[in-house]
Amino acid sequence: MKDIVRTHVVSLLNKDARLDGRKLDEYRKFTIEYGISSKSAEGSARVKMGDTEVVGGVKFLVGPTYPDTPDKGTIVANVELLPLSSPVFETGPPSIQSIEYARAIVDRGLRESDALDMRKLCIKRGEKMWTVMIDVYSINDAGNLADAIGLVAIAALKDAKFPKYDAEKDIINYEERTKKGLELKYLPIPITIVKIGSKFIIDPTVEEENAAETRLTVTTIEDGRACAIQKGGEGTLTPEDIDKMIQLSIEKGKELRKLFK
Amino acid sequence: MAYNKRIDGRKFDEIREMKAQVGIIPNADGSAMFQIGKTIALAAVYGPRELFPKFLQNSDRGILRCYYNMMSFSGSGERVRPGPSRRSKEISYITENALLPALNLEDFPNSVVDVYIELLQTDAGTRCAGITAAAMALADAGFQMKDLVSAASVGFIENRLIVDVSNEEEHYEKGNTDIPIAMMPRTGEITLLQMDGFASKEELAEGIIVAKAVCMEIYKVQQEALKARYKK
Repeated sequence: MKDIVRTHVVSLLNKDARLDGRKLDEYRKFTIEYGISSKSAEGSARVKMGDTEVVGGVKFLVGPTYPDTPDKGTIVANVELLPLSSPVFETGPPSIQSIEYARAIVDRGLRESDALDMRKLCIKRGEKMWTVMIDVYSINDAGNLADAIGLVAIAALKDAKFPKYDAEKDIINYEERTKKGLELKYLPIPITIVKIGSKFIIDPTVEEENAAETRLTVTTIEDGRACAIQKGGEGTLTPEDIDKMIQLSIEKGKELRKLFK
Repeated sequence: MAYNKRIDGRKFDEIREMKAQVGIIPNADGSAMFQIGKTIALAAVYGPRELFPKFLQNSDRGILRCYYNMMSFSGSGERVRPGPSRRSKEISYITENALLPALNLEDFPNSVVDVYIELLQTDAGTRCAGITAAAMALADAGFQMKDLVSAASVGFIENRLIVDVSNEEEHYEKGNTDIPIAMMPRTGEITLLQMDGFASKEELAEGIIVAKAVCMEIYKVQQEALKARYKK
């Protein structure tokens, strides 16, 4: 069955057509909703693209600084591909796919872009720092979770406000939130391009993902520079392929960035 | 001081505002969202599907597996550590028992029905919200059911009967009794009964009568949500 669908996807693409009628470089309907868990989380958001849906939330905590970075705080990203969101996801410890998304898309996009100034997360040099925990969950997997996960993490961070912290007693009052948010210098936008045959498409559906041998997730910032790249899949890419894919992700990154307010 | 006014201003027999929707997760065989106050539960049903490893199969009837989970950012205080806890395992287990009487799994030998419940935001009453959402998701999946299952808590503060106990009331300093109840509202058969705190035999009997009225209100919201799916 999978093979039939795969063959169909490929033969359509050879005519520059897709199963759902989109152009090769066309994104599905994309929406962001902020504050979807505002009672509990200091920042939260939901991203939908077509039938794909993910949610993300931010919690702050205070702890001792790391010995090698005494003047910095930190972020920790966690992604869970919930069995609620797809018949193929299983319960149990995090799958390699979810670890890849957390590390290679959310964490690296934020860390390497320097979007978040970790020095501003230091409370007292060599002693206390903020840890920003970002947890992302899939609600429905209809393809391209990679982009959805990266984008919802950014949205949740944009939505976040620090809770009140009593430095003397070393207690966070989660009931009370300050007006201070996280300053994001850039919006690192991940765009995944998949290669099927000789064609490149963005925002793939599950059927298209299953037909692809290679994907490249390129995270770019406002000035068009890439700040993180992750190749996925078992296939290969030529330098020319990579060039085309990066160009496509820069263009699409610009379009999607406009949707963040 | 007697408890004459509820902390959030509700009447003693008033439940928080509810919202419900089914079919929210296209991949699932059935799905639902149920919100009561600020507590939001999502539920998805997958199955009946083949159960592996095979030795877990039951040739007489299908197996129901429920998984209750709080998202890490859904707690009111610190981040909740991901993965199952003793608490979530117990709630998953009582959720299975609360839903099983409504199902007829003899029709699906050797198979499994998986019900995943995720809490997006919590503010008391999460197990009841989870059961209520799961029952809707099972109905949405097309299972023949004896009835829906509706769940709510009743409780006592200083001998005053309250319904749909709030987070503040759960932590009332002079003590509180919390009684989560699930039932099939049409017949009034109770499928879940737990209690934290003290109550006399008479108080408990009164609580159960009131719980039935509360479950009827929830039942209506569940039914409306299920009907809405076919109105479009």
